[in-house]
Amino acid sequence: MFSRAYRAAVTVPPLVWVTVFLLIPYLLMFCYSFWSVSMAQTVVHSWTLDNYRELLRVNVYWQTLFRSMWIAARVMLFSLLLGYPLAYYLSFHAARRKDLLYQLVIIPLWVSYLVRAYAWKTILGSDGVLNTLLQYTHLSKHPLEFLLYSPFAVVLTLTHIYTPFTMLPIYASLEHIPRNLVEASHDLGGSPSQTFWRVIFPLSIPGVLAGATFAFVLSLGDFLAPLLLGGPSGIMISNIVVSLFGAAYNWPLGAAISLCMLVLVVGLLFISERLEKKWSFT
Amino acid sequence: MASTTSESTVVTGLTKPATEPLLSVRNIAKHFGKNIVLRDISLDIAEGEFLTVLGESGSGKTTLLRIIAGFETATSGELWMSGERLDRLPPYRRRVNTVFQHYALFPHLTVEQNVGYGLRVAKLAEAEIASRVEQALSMVKMKEYARCKPAKISGGQQQRVALARALINRPRLLLLDEPLSALDANLRRQMQVELKSLQREVGIAFLFVTHDQEEAMVMSDRIALLRSSELEQVATPREIYSRPATAYTAQFIGHTNLLPAEIKNGVARYKSLSWPVQVPDGPALFSLRPENIRLAGISNDPIGDAVRFRGKLRHHAFHGASELLQIEHADGLVLWVRIRSSGGGWHGDLEFEFSPNDAVPVRESQTRD
Repeated sequence: MFSRAYRAAVTVPPLVWVTVFLLIPYLLMFCYSFWSVSMAQTVVHSWTLDNYRELLRVNVYWQTLFRSMWIAARVMLFSLLLGYPLAYYLSFHAARRKDLLYQLVIIPLWVSYLVRAYAWKTILGSDGVLNTLLQYTHLSKHPLEFLLYSPFAVVLTLTHIYTPFTMLPIYASLEHIPRNLVEASHDLGGSPSQTFWRVIFPLSIPGVLAGATFAFVLSLGDFLAPLLLGGPSGIMISNIVVSLFGAAYNWPLGAAISLCMLVLVVGLLFISERLEKKWSFT
Repeated sequence: MASTTSESTVVTGLTKPATEPLLSVRNIAKHFGKNIVLRDISLDIAEGEFLTVLGESGSGKTTLLRIIAGFETATSGELWMSGERLDRLPPYRRRVNTVFQHYALFPHLTVEQNVGYGLRVAKLAEAEIASRVEQALSMVKMKEYARCKPAKISGGQQQRVALARALINRPRLLLLDEPLSALDANLRRQMQVELKSLQREVGIAFLFVTHDQEEAMVMSDRIALLRSSELEQVATPREIYSRPATAYTAQFIGHTNLLPAEIKNGVARYKSLSWPVQVPDGPALFSLRPENIRLAGISNDPIGDAVRFRGKLRHHAFHGASELLQIEHADGLVLWVRIRSSGGGWHGDLEFEFSPNDAVPVRESQTRD
């Protein structure tokens, strides 16, 4: 139906892109993870499982990985708790304000991630907006130190940044629910809350899964928020990867950690995709 | 039927059945901004009645149904159900159920879960739900599909499930919003018969909305004809067909010839036709059904004071059992005539006749916007 030239023109560029910027780097990373670094700080190109043994042996690596997952899980939870009601309100009750409110959710995404992370620094710092206000109103005598440089600050910032990513797929799935199903439920005697739990929520599960996956995966790999706001107790796994590729100059170990995370994330995406399919009806 | 109407019930006339009506629609109006969708609708539905609201698209029929179901609020007017104010209740408190146009089955629930939905939200015991669901599914012959998801069954089957789901709550009134419009012609005719016999069996009042006049005629005890936001006529199918109150009714239901006649001393004249009438002098409009005109001099059963006219065949359509002829007289008079199919071969001047009783005076339909 289409000429060969046309098919080549549309398929070759993305293939080249994926090969050059994804497959080759991943392949390199895969190789690096089985190589090692010599005393003289050069990469030894002979195969070994030492990096993976190191990962299992040194507690700090997998502890940081678990802490990262715990932070990501909290971000996911809070994003859902904030994003779902917002999406629900927009989809079912906002009426004429819908477009405006939708834009208000989108606009922050235009602001650089870095700016938003820094903004939290000025809010949460010991002489930041929040502490000044607390002292001024005599709610607290001393600046609250746990606000900044803590997992709390990281969770707060990431929740702020990723809630729109959680909210949008939920909103999309709510918008896809035929409104006559809601009417049918009311018609059959379902109260508003029964209608929500028996009809609306089950039909929005694909959106919830997609949104939750976004929040979890994006937070898990985040390194800027912990770098700026995490402090020593808020370090995440990506910070370790960054330092292994940088100052520590241990690319093979960094590659091994990255590969573990990649497997973890791909696994999560796969499960989420399967579940979404299972729950899509509309 | 207690609700059989007399001629005086046409247009906005309120029917007063002997017993108290099941549902009483009183002066309902609905405006969407400046757009008037319904104005001053009054209509009664009797216990166990099959009432059809018939109208073209945009006539407001679906809005009327949605107001009764509770999905829309009327701008003014009241709804009463057996002595109780209905319009102030939310939809989930009304003993009214709806069969939606596109069925609106819950896609994530199986057929039996869909049917049991109403009982489950009413928190009935699971054992009772199970037995009533089984009963409802066998009523619509869908028992073997109990565990299917709606996407796996055909349109006609979804239709039955929607019906079972609405009836299982034992509503006092069932609303049906063009439930057959998505089905193909054959299945549609079959469902019309099934739906009608089911209605007789369960004895629940049906308020059926359709734009299909034939469907309305076949199924209804009474038809409420809605024209651009107002009720045009409410009557039994026979009455609405043989005694249409207005020109619009006569044209919308069936096929007709409209004769704008001038009356003088008990004689109506239109072009070369003239016939005796009992209508005061002045202009008057008459509806004459094509099947009430016949070829003259063929029948052994002569019409008393038959009105006769001659004309040439201008157009001819074969409909199987009958044929529709368009006859033109020399003075420009054009009439449609429906006769039983025969060999055909009409040519030259033909003579036709009709009984003056069949020329029914109708009111001019007012133009509304």
